[in-house]
Amino acid sequence: MAHSEADVLAGLAEIVNEETGLETSAVEGSKSFTDDLDIDSISMMTIVVNAEKKFGVKIPDDDVKDLVTVQDAVDYIVKAQQA
Amino acid sequence: MTTLKTPEAGRFSRITGIGGCRSEHAVPNEALVGPIDSSDEWIRQRTGIITRHRAGADVSVADMAEEAAVEAIANAGLKPSDIGGILLATVTTGIPTPSAAALLTEKLGTGPVPAWDISAACAGYCYGIAQADALVRSGTMDNILVIGAEKLSDFVDPTDRSISFLLGDGAGAVVVSASDTPGIAASVWGSKGENWETIRLTNSFIEMKDDPEAPFPTLRQDGPSVFRWAVWEMAEVAQQALDAAGITAADLSAFIPHQANMRIIDELAKQLKLPESVQIGRDIADNGNTSAASIPLATERLLRENPELHGKLALQIGFGAGLVYGAQVVVLP
Repeated sequence: MAHSEADVLAGLAEIVNEETGLETSAVEGSKSFTDDLDIDSISMMTIVVNAEKKFGVKIPDDDVKDLVTVQDAVDYIVKAQQA
Repeated sequence: MTTLKTPEAGRFSRITGIGGCRSEHAVPNEALVGPIDSSDEWIRQRTGIITRHRAGADVSVADMAEEAAVEAIANAGLKPSDIGGILLATVTTGIPTPSAAALLTEKLGTGPVPAWDISAACAGYCYGIAQADALVRSGTMDNILVIGAEKLSDFVDPTDRSISFLLGDGAGAVVVSASDTPGIAASVWGSKGENWETIRLTNSFIEMKDDPEAPFPTLRQDGPSVFRWAVWEMAEVAQQALDAAGITAADLSAFIPHQANMRIIDELAKQLKLPESVQIGRDIADNGNTSAASIPLATERLLRENPELHGKLALQIGFGAGLVYGAQVVVLP
């Protein structure tokens, strides 16, 4: 069953928390992974792989660089679930 | 019909000796951060590297390979004349032909034995072990030198932020010998040509011939893509190597992955759910990434610092430019 946008944001926040220790409440849609959350490219890959497993989607390497903000990732996952 | 004579088969192989050559110049992060506008903290946090060792201008890949090989032959209790073949894994001699392995027959005094270089980047050592295992078990040779040797400092660009600051020089060598009991399990090895450009040289030497403006080739990598492949796909390969050996992670005493990046090593160990009792090769912290040399160098250090590991089981896995990979479970010498 497809996850709602709110579910995806909450799930992504848990994944970010697990990888970085950041509070889930800090993982807001408008935040940039790099500039606001200080997540480097290696941690970002770990987050992407865990998001793929959690939401049952595929996020190719070439698309990861387009996921600048948390909302970008949420939108991508919501759309990918419908594909 | 006449039956052809073939070598004695149906025997086993094992690693009987090991040696290493660590380059003399320790290069701290501070020496490299200027041209990449970085910091000691940035490099440590992303790679776990504190120093890497680099060779002097007058030291060649063959020189380092020779030093490691001499130690490995002595450690195996053999003489150079006992060696039946030399496999040298390297991508940094700068001379595709003649091979550095052929030169080693002269430098080591082995006699006119078969010798060849293996081009499999950071998987080269595991490719060499796979070949030596097959050659020994088939009865083709009794004692084979497998060497990983690299002078990566000749192929770095000080302004490159993708890979250059990781790289060091060095050599590690082992002797693979005939054995009455199994000492090297089946290898799991392969290639993934669709990712040919993920780790690469910037250009070919031929481009330099045709274009006077073409730079000397230096290494680059797509770091995040390499990280994803090296952790999650290599975790599957590592598990296949355990399955091929008929053991589980709980049977291991050591895990010795290619020393690419401490974060790859840590995440790979996590994915494999290794018991805490398994010693993990972490030579990278002060030796950097030495490509084909990294697994034998990390193995040599683990054995030196943990003598109780002699005769115990280790899982080794190499992975790198190609993309190529190789893994096998071995009994440590």
